[in-house]
Amino acid sequence: MMLGRLLSGDLPRSRVLTAVLIAIFFGLLLTPFLFPGARATNVAAKICIFIVLVASFDLALGYTGIFSFAHTMFFGIGAYGVAIALSTLGATWKALAIGTGAALMVALVLSLLIGLFSLRVKAMFFAMITLAVATAFQTLASQLSAFTGGDDGLSFKVPELLTSAFPLSPHTFRGVALDGKLLCFYLVFAAAVVLLLVMLRIVNSPFGRVLQAIRENEFRAEAIGYRTVVYRTCSSVLSALFATLAGVLLALWLRYNGPDTSLSFEIMINILLMVVIGGMGTMYGSVVGATLFIIAENYLQDLMKLASNGFSGVPFLRDLFHPDRWLLWLGILFIVGVYRFPAGIVGKLRFSAWKKS
Amino acid sequence: MTFALETQELTIRFGGHVAVDAVSCGFEPGTLTAIVGPNGAGKTTYFNLISGQLKASAGRVLLHGDDLSGCSAPQRSHRGIGRAFQLTNLFPNLSVLENIRLAVQSRARLGLNMWSIWSNHRELISRAEEVLETVALTAKRDIAACALPHGDQRKLEVGILMALEPDVFMFDEPTAGMSVDEVPVILDLIRTLKARRDKTILLVEHKMDVVRELSDRIVVLHNGALVADGEPAAVIASPIVQEAYLGVEVAK
Repeated sequence: MMLGRLLSGDLPRSRVLTAVLIAIFFGLLLTPFLFPGARATNVAAKICIFIVLVASFDLALGYTGIFSFAHTMFFGIGAYGVAIALSTLGATWKALAIGTGAALMVALVLSLLIGLFSLRVKAMFFAMITLAVATAFQTLASQLSAFTGGDDGLSFKVPELLTSAFPLSPHTFRGVALDGKLLCFYLVFAAAVVLLLVMLRIVNSPFGRVLQAIRENEFRAEAIGYRTVVYRTCSSVLSALFATLAGVLLALWLRYNGPDTSLSFEIMINILLMVVIGGMGTMYGSVVGATLFIIAENYLQDLMKLASNGFSGVPFLRDLFHPDRWLLWLGILFIVGVYRFPAGIVGKLRFSAWKKS
Repeated sequence: MTFALETQELTIRFGGHVAVDAVSCGFEPGTLTAIVGPNGAGKTTYFNLISGQLKASAGRVLLHGDDLSGCSAPQRSHRGIGRAFQLTNLFPNLSVLENIRLAVQSRARLGLNMWSIWSNHRELISRAEEVLETVALTAKRDIAACALPHGDQRKLEVGILMALEPDVFMFDEPTAGMSVDEVPVILDLIRTLKARRDKTILLVEHKMDVVRELSDRIVVLHNGALVADGEPAAVIASPIVQEAYLGVEVAK
């Protein structure tokens, strides 16, 4: 019952999906101890951050039917907010709060402006406008180098409590140092869990149901009394604010931010792939999609190296599995995935569970 | 007496074409008025002007004497103008119950509530279930609207209107394309509504026997203009209706 409230009454509705979600939850929670080493923890933190980013994208795209290219812009605003504040004001909690607050304000104003000026136009034009704004922002970020560090980005220090220089305990646990870096990981993890649950609540509120009605039939939603411009604007503003918070977490974890880490068009494409693979309009899809994609992004190359070495005597196969071809394989996986599961993994799992019942 | 709904010189032009031409007409509370006319006479366009889907080029719409000219479609809905559409207009991938519940929720003005869980608003769900019962769709509550057969979609269309509980009900050919045995569900609904005598009903309908039975008054539109208005028997018998609507050549 308690869990039901926490999940806003929106249960996974599939045994397999429940098992997958539980596995992801505990997998991420225990990563620092299960897979010692900086790399695995890095991947786990990135998964947590991208779950928030992809879920916030799903709020606009999957639930409301708004497609925006400016989603990474808000991700970048969050990351730059923290980066600029911490590098100019020093590594304090106050600076972190100021950076986060300022980033949220900028994101609020920008998303409100984009929403009010362009949500009245057709979906295609809206996408184009957001693309223009996002590109302008990216150029601005790399040109204003005095402020943003340009293409090199900004490296900065975070509050000492969150660094490996801060020991929480003189002991180690299973060979893992209990230090501030570990604390930082759990901060990112906890923030991701809370933000995801908040978004899950929003999409399962009366407001969230209206968003789905607008996605289904905007004309009829107007006719039964919903002012769709207001709802669509709220949805894209909320989506932007959650993306900003994901950016804050990214900067905090990496202690660095630059155009390629948070603003690049490649990230935009990636989050689109993650939401489609996971299943649009399901929220849980963002968890599954982000986890799968980021694991593939980080470990597919290793797997291919093994395969390539295994085929070292066979000329064609050796080249086919060369680690540099990993994007090709990701592309193939994506095409097969979309072809086999048009409703995403979550959609597919729910459908098979529903058919069985 | 003040009209529940009134249009004054209501006009809309699309380029050079006048689709609704200075229609002035008042509708008394508690009555059912049938609006008839051949295809393309401007009946649906007239409805769209009243419920706010289209903006009038000239003229006014008054609800209980208040000018609605500046009001958008959602505002008109909240003020009590309810509309069912001629071409079925549902939320296709949402369940039958959810289609109705969304209308109930709109009436309760809960749409901007972001922090409660929708399924905890039991009162909205039970109200939606009541409406489902009245349109005989209870057995299909969990099916997606797009999976319903045509007749059931028409019932759901009317159900959404019922859930809005407006003061003015506008039905645009509610029984179009329904099989013979399904029509009575909708007609009984309209009959019950009419018997309550507190709602104002506008009905666009082609079936003349239905019009004759249900209406207190008939208004005839032809080429966008109001050409006849009065008691059903008199209007149906008038030469202009025989010619304009029924397509009967009247001997000169």
